Formats: sequence, structure tokens, C-alpha cells
Amino acid sequence: MAGNIRLEVVTPEKYVVDEEVQIAVAPGTLGEFGVLIGHTPFLTTLKTGTVHYTAADGKEKFVFVSGGFAEALPNKVTVLAESAERRRDIDSDRAKTAMERAQDRLAKEKAEDIDFNRARAALERALYRVRLAETR
Amino acid sequence: MATLKEVQTKIGSVKKTKQITKAMNMVATSRLRGAQQRMDGFRPYAEKFEEVLGSLAEKAGEEASPLLVPKEEVENIHIVLCTSDRGLCGGFNMNLITKAAELHKEKAGENLEISFTNFGKKGRDWCRKKNMARISEHLGVVGATFGFNVASTTASSLVEGFLSGSYDEVYVVYAEFVSMGKQVPVAKQILPIASVESSESEDKGDEDAPYLAEHICEPPAAELLGILLPKNVSVQLFSALLETSTSEHAARMMAMDNATNACSDMIDELTLTYNKARQAAITAELMDIVGGAEALKG
Repeated sequence: MAGNIRLEVVTPEKYVVDEEVQIAVAPGTLGEFGVLIGHTPFLTTLKTGTVHYTAADGKEKFVFVSGGFAEALPNKVTVLAESAERRRDIDSDRAKTAMERAQDRLAKEKAEDIDFNRARAALERALYRVRLAETR
Repeated sequence: MATLKEVQTKIGSVKKTKQITKAMNMVATSRLRGAQQRMDGFRPYAEKFEEVLGSLAEKAGEEASPLLVPKEEVENIHIVLCTSDRGLCGGFNMNLITKAAELHKEKAGENLEISFTNFGKKGRDWCRKKNMARISEHLGVVGATFGFNVASTTASSLVEGFLSGSYDEVYVVYAEFVSMGKQVPVAKQILPIASVESSESEDKGDEDAPYLAEHICEPPAAELLGILLPKNVSVQLFSALLETSTSEHAARMMAMDNATNACSDMIDELTLTYNKARQAAITAELMDIVGGAEALKG
């Protein structure tokens, strides 16, 4: 491989990932995309989902992201997300509770649009978290 | 002169006050450290965000989003007032409230409708007392550890209000943390978003500029900007809240430090008074004894 590219995953609270990786794959709104070194400058929003990357030592790692966007430069990928967690840091109990709560709410409040959308987004986040945690 | 007993009681009570102010000082110090860490943690995100937004705005142009366009007729102003929940932090809250009152006075002069969103109890109490229109209040946020979602929930309701026409301009009044000893109240306009063609990109020199100009955007730049701008409001609000929170702890730390020093001074003074009074009493007693002895002799 030609070399490593720097991956940064940043949330308003802290750096979640800051390391050299062989390849990073992120869930763009218009489709998943992979970034290797020398990528053309690229800017996109991200869906709720999983960023996965192969670390410099060849290990594959997973990071949950939501509410984010990504900027790829030839030597660096930056993911800015409202929330992001490494797979090992996901609190699956909390995610499951959140999932149930969101499902309850969806069952009840179909009439009101705003709450409906919010509950759906919450459900989506919880689902992705739970699913990712289960692959541990 | 006060009696010995009175002075003694007074010294005891000042000592207790000193213990309390000292403890509050230490609590504020440790909270301040936490708040500063959070501010540092947020900085990379904010900087990157602004950089991306700046380059996008250049590309997409002014009319890309309604959030960028000032309203032609401004009738409704909304002020987000960030204060602390608790007092005992010197002039901190008063400074913020004065700032908000100034802004209010300036705008009220032009016959505009003004409403408030309150972060913090002190600001809310003031608005309540002055009978201001209050849209919502959030207590227990500033001063505690709060997440980004607090800012984004409020920001999205602000953006909604702006788009629907309930607010024509939105300001946030917060305390900027300059240094331990200095916190400046600031009123900042967050909607319509004033100028994104950030000074940032100029500061950083032209090295980055050609890069950014070549970006492929997905979805197209204008659409992307439309998605990111509302987020910008959350980012601004979150940073205002963080600043206020850090400032509050710094202000309380300073206030409590001063109070502790004042207590020490007072204790010194009172001890002196106490000693003088005691000495006076002893002297008086001696005089009595000596006087009595003289009388017996004579």
C-alpha cells in the first residue's frame, strides 16, 4: 500500500479517533465511500452509521457516528460528528433502553410530525449502536 | 466597647464564614478546570467547522440559504440570555443582565417586539421581574456538565422560529472567558448568520484556499451549506454556553478568594479588639485590687 492517511473523528466534546490508518470507510448521505491516501478533496454529509477503518497495524476498527459530515483531503480525513463512539465504548444497555423508548414513542405519536421525526432519528441512532455493539 | 463575649462570638462566626468561602473557592477551582477542559475539547471541532463553512459559503454565495439573508423589516427580536443559576460570584450575573438590558433598551427604542430564552436562573428571575416575554427557560445547564444536545435542541427551535418569521433577529448574550480575572459580557448576533466569509481563511494564508476551491461536494455545495448552517447556530450557542460556564466558575473563584481574604482581615481586626478589651479588663481589675489594698493600709 502506498502509505497511511490520517483519520480524525472529532465531536464537540473530544477527539474520538486521531491516528494513521490504511483505509477509512464512511457512510456518506449519497452512499458509502472509502478513502485512501491521495484522495481528491471531497466534502459530504454523513448518515447515522459506522465509520470503519483499518489501522496502521492492520486491525479493523469501528466507530459509531451520527449527525456528522466528513472532509477528505489527500493526506487527511476529518469526520465531524455530533456524537461518535468507538465500538468498545458503546453503552449497549443504554442504547437498548433508548431503542425501546423510541419505539414506544413511535407507536403513540404518529400524529405529530416533529416528534415523529425526532423519535425516528433517535430510533435510528439506537439501532445502529445496538447492532454495532453486538458485533463486538 | 463591645464586651469580651460579644467579640468572641463574632470571631467564631467570621471563622465559620471563612471556612465556607474557602470551600466554595476550592469547588469552583475544580469545576473551572473541568469547564476549561471541555472548552479545549470543543475548540478543534469549532475551528474545523468554521473552516469548512467558510469555504463552502464562498463557493455557494449569499443567497444559498435563508439563514444568511437579513430580513428587510425587523419586528421581532429574540435574545438568548446566558447567566448562572446561583449567585455568590461577584458582579458576574449583574454584568450579563446589564448587557442584555442595554440591548433591550436599544431595540425597544425602535418599537420592536422582544422575547427571551433564558439559560440560568438569575437571568430568568430578572426577566420575570421586568415582565419580559419569555419563550423558554433552561435551568441547571450552565454550571453543570451539559452535552451538545442542549445547544442543538435550542438552536433548532431558534432556526425554526427564524424561518417561520417569529423572530427576525436572534442575539445571544453570554460571558466571554478572557482570563481568570476577566470575563466580558458579549452580545452576539447569531441569526441571520452575519458573515461566514470568515476572517479565518484569510489568516491562514492562501495555502488552503486552492484546496478548498477544488472540493467535490456531495450533495452540491449550496445544499450542503443549507444543512450545515443550522448546525452552525448550535455550534455558536454551545460555545457561548461553554464560555459562560467557564466564566461563572472563574468569577465565583475570584469572588470567594476575595471573601476569604476579607474574612482573614476581619478576624485579625476582631482579635486585636478582643485583646485590647481583655487587657483593659485586666488593668481595671488590677486597679481595683491595688486600690483596695491601699485603702486597707491607710
